Amino acid sequence: MDHTTLAEVSGNVATIGYGLGTLGPGIGLGILIGKALEGIARQPEVAGQLRTTMFIGVAFVEVLALLGLVTGFLFR
Amino acid sequence: MRGPLRLTTTRESALSTVATILPLAASGDDSGFHAPSIAEFFPDPIFFAGTPFEINRIILVRLFTTVVLVTIFVIGARRAKVVPGRFQNVLEMGLDFVRVNIAEEILGHNARRFVPLLTTIFFSILFFNITGVIPFLNIATTALIGMPIVLALWVYVTYLWAGVSKFGVGGYLKNSLFPPGLPAFLYVLVTPIEALQVFLFRPATLALRLTANMISGHLILVLCFSATQFFLFEAGGALKAASLLSLGAGIAFTLFEILVAALQAYIFTLLSAAYLNMAVEEEH
Repeated sequence: MDHTTLAEVSGNVATIGYGLGTLGPGIGLGILIGKALEGIARQPEVAGQLRTTMFIGVAFVEVLALLGLVTGFLFR
Repeated sequence: MRGPLRLTTTRESALSTVATILPLAASGDDSGFHAPSIAEFFPDPIFFAGTPFEINRIILVRLFTTVVLVTIFVIGARRAKVVPGRFQNVLEMGLDFVRVNIAEEILGHNARRFVPLLTTIFFSILFFNITGVIPFLNIATTALIGMPIVLALWVYVTYLWAGVSKFGVGGYLKNSLFPPGLPAFLYVLVTPIEALQVFLFRPATLALRLTANMISGHLILVLCFSATQFFLFEAGGALKAASLLSLGAGIAFTLFEILVAALQAYIFTLLSAAYLNMAVEEEH
């Protein structure tokens, strides 16, 4: 008994997962870096300190996106 | 009865297509386009195959990078003069950057004893990352988890040891697991989270961040350049024009990878300094 398939998804569903996984960190990075820039514009004399703190924050946000990448490879 | 059965057969066929696609992408079949896969990072062994000391292309690149790194610094140290030449200038700029902009910025007066560790970490990561964009080497050897794990463990042991030797085991645990100024019942929540942070998440994310960055960077480069090859030589007609686009993207991503290599070295060192600071800093 043959049948017609109207729609079929083939390939790896992890691809979609990673696409979704980048959304949150993307928004987070935008807010984080934007706020740091705002702070630097208001008070250029603490720019160095703000930049360092920003990079630490960026590292924490970024690792979330990278977890998505790693799980894509792990659970496929 | 027909309905569910039909559904399962469709799903099975979908699964089997997935199963046939995945190995094909990894193997070196000569027709069609091959997306890069994680197999990129596990090339065939060259020497000592089958023994625990098996050497593949990536290990060779690692050995080569180590030799270059050591040579540059030995020459720099041997020929150090009071009035620096151009080569020494560049070297001193790098060393100064780590000492002033990372160590002293974060650790303050505690910086001095951790400068050697931070400098070693910064320059090894920088050199092992940058091989990813150097022609013929073409792989960032930090993309394999082993090296980042070693470096992260080094930082992990150092900050635990630094904290314990300064405050004693009890004092260190109290400092890092019980942040002051919280109502007592909140410690039920905060302490386990902090314990996970200190003992697991910090070293794990240090290693993972570096590796995942390098893996994704390498895969993007391979994708761009293999797509260029495919469009130019195998695809017909109008698709050949797309090779220009993918080649341009490849070159742009190569430049981006240079930035990422330096940035990841910076971030790894910066976070190591921050973790060390959290361990040795006095309560305010």
